[in-house]
Amino acid sequence: MKKRYKKIITYILCLCLMLTNMTFLTGCGKDEEEDVIVLRVSNWEEYIDEGDWDEEETIELENGTVICSETSMVEDYETWFYETYGKKVVVEYSTFGTNEELYNQLSMGDTYDLVCPSEYMIMKMMAEDMLVPFSEEFYDPTIENNYYAKGVSPYIQSVFDNLSIEGEPISKYAAGYMWGTLGIVYNPEEVTEEEASHWNMLLMDKFDKRVTIKDSVRDAYFAGNSIYNEKLLLSEEFLASEDYYANMEVVLNATDKDTVDAVEDILSDVKKNVYSFETDSGKADMVSGKVVANQQWSGDAVYTLDQAEEEGVILCYSAPEEATNLWFDGWCMLKDGIGEDPDKQLAAEAFVNFMSMPENAIRNMWYIGYTSVISGGEDNSIFQYAEFLYSAEEDEEETVEYPTAYFYTGKFENELTPEEIETYTIVTTPDQTKRQLFAQYPPEDVVKRSVVMDYFGQEGNDRINQMWLNVRCFDLYEYID
Amino acid sequence: MLTRKQLAIPYAIFLVLFVVLPLLVVVYYGFTDRNGNISFENFLGFFQNGKTVGTLVYSLAIAFLTTVFSLLLAYPVALIIAKGAYSQRTKFLMIFVLPMWINFTLRITALKEILTLIEGNLAKYQFFNTVLCMVYDFLPFMIMPIYNSLTKLDNGLIEAASDLGANKLQVFFKVILPLSIPGIVSGVTMVFLPSMTNYVVLDMIYNSTYIMGSLIGSYFSAYDWNNGSVISIVLLLIILGITLVSNKFAEPESKAHVAP
Repeated sequence: MKKRYKKIITYILCLCLMLTNMTFLTGCGKDEEEDVIVLRVSNWEEYIDEGDWDEEETIELENGTVICSETSMVEDYETWFYETYGKKVVVEYSTFGTNEELYNQLSMGDTYDLVCPSEYMIMKMMAEDMLVPFSEEFYDPTIENNYYAKGVSPYIQSVFDNLSIEGEPISKYAAGYMWGTLGIVYNPEEVTEEEASHWNMLLMDKFDKRVTIKDSVRDAYFAGNSIYNEKLLLSEEFLASEDYYANMEVVLNATDKDTVDAVEDILSDVKKNVYSFETDSGKADMVSGKVVANQQWSGDAVYTLDQAEEEGVILCYSAPEEATNLWFDGWCMLKDGIGEDPDKQLAAEAFVNFMSMPENAIRNMWYIGYTSVISGGEDNSIFQYAEFLYSAEEDEEETVEYPTAYFYTGKFENELTPEEIETYTIVTTPDQTKRQLFAQYPPEDVVKRSVVMDYFGQEGNDRINQMWLNVRCFDLYEYID
Repeated sequence: MLTRKQLAIPYAIFLVLFVVLPLLVVVYYGFTDRNGNISFENFLGFFQNGKTVGTLVYSLAIAFLTTVFSLLLAYPVALIIAKGAYSQRTKFLMIFVLPMWINFTLRITALKEILTLIEGNLAKYQFFNTVLCMVYDFLPFMIMPIYNSLTKLDNGLIEAASDLGANKLQVFFKVILPLSIPGIVSGVTMVFLPSMTNYVVLDMIYNSTYIMGSLIGSYFSAYDWNNGSVISIVLLLIILGITLVSNKFAEPESKAHVAP
């Protein structure tokens, strides 16, 4: 009898617990639906300030700004949004490892509101009608909270305006986040500056099994195509031509059969010469000395150089003379997620604006090593941050002037006034012109030879993917013949 | 009380949800083209393309050598442990097998450093290193089944063979080896197939040539579900073939060695 009694009590207790739980849960759910906006964000791994800095890391700028972040960017956004718009927002933040992974997640049915893919994936998503355009207000620099419109670098803005797919500029559907070049990190004790300034160093016998390239079709294709067109790209005639930039874009975006076949041969030779096609080991292998040069994105290069410096190894970065790939990642709003929900769109646009506040752009740059597309507009914090990082000490014997005005003004060479040039010139040590500063804010001449790689379309994509498989697969015939 | 049939229900559900349904999806994708029309092109294409066949050959070569070397290494170990003095057997087994249960990425990272010291530059001996790491990785899967079949082996049979005049070598080749074939067969199946697809090992050891596993991954990341699925089907067929062949070896061993 006693036992049965106990059992009944347990049942009743369980039932009570379940019921209370259920009412609790449904109650909660209702609240959320009514006044909390849920913003689902997907970004690259380790691509945002997560807070928790040491006091030693405090950044003090000349204009009085002091930055030392304790809380994560996402939390700060939630607080800021509530204070500014009077609505509660909850960010569900997740990450992805490659553009393809993100795209696959989306096509498998995952929904996000705001994502941050690279330029070619943005173009692919635009072509497939997956994106919601940013609202007109978003681009109005007179609105106080429009930090993106106020702060985006005019140079980057012009790149975004000029890049279009099916007649629509990508600036309508994407707001930039980080940008940079594609180049080679090298060890100056083993590799000369001259050698590192050409993509064909990947083929040199001298560096047999001592260089690595990225395990990525597009990055490898860019290097291979630059080697294939080396003579043309460096010929005086080509360089002097009026349509130099447009011609270069055509050459480096070619995916016709002849080019792809030729690049396949080059990359097959590269494969025999390299230490590996790496995804993440390149940085460590540079520091340990297993490899002497390593194809990298500028942001990773800054990180690698910093890391190596801590270990007492001095590395440099070069953007090869033939051409470099101008890449960027941008925020896009997805149709599947945002839909027609004005609150969500507001929260998403506010998120981009929050990321674009000069102070926050600096926090992200400091944390991840990449370069923000924000130049700050009226606010000079961004330039002062670059000076804070790279200015030569006053007692430095040898200094050089490093102009970066194009980034802040969108104007080049002759268009610039002497004051503009002076305002945005960093006085730095000679070695920084080959190192972190060079990687983070490339000089004008590098920018002039940096080309955006478009989305190749179905046919072109199929062709380079097949090319990549052919390079990576075991070549039976080579052994049979 | 539950009947036997009812006890099988959880597994049946598991089987349908996680084995049969995914398999159907793989077959569907394998035999359709990008637009969803039925097509054998992917399948035939695999065998017509020199590069994918090259990958198959390369994977088979790695798997074959891995299996042979693991077998050569594992058999003596299993024999020593199984036929050692009884009280030490479990301790012995622990000593041999436990270290290999440490996470394999950790072990290969360590091996990588050792090999770098010996070879200087890993990238110059990619194929050798790959086989070495695979053997290192899969050795326990070879030792365990052989060890199990050897412990089950009746010592009376060995003694009888010696009493009847067989020397040690003859005892081994005529009695112990044939009777341990079921263990060898399951060891081989457990090593051969994973070493055809375990591309993490190749990535870690800086071998940039694709094997079957990396080929599937590469197709999938290019949103090519169809070709990726075909590779999976080809692998399935290989598993099927190996199982059929090995079953032939495994079954009739007791009859085959009755002295005439």
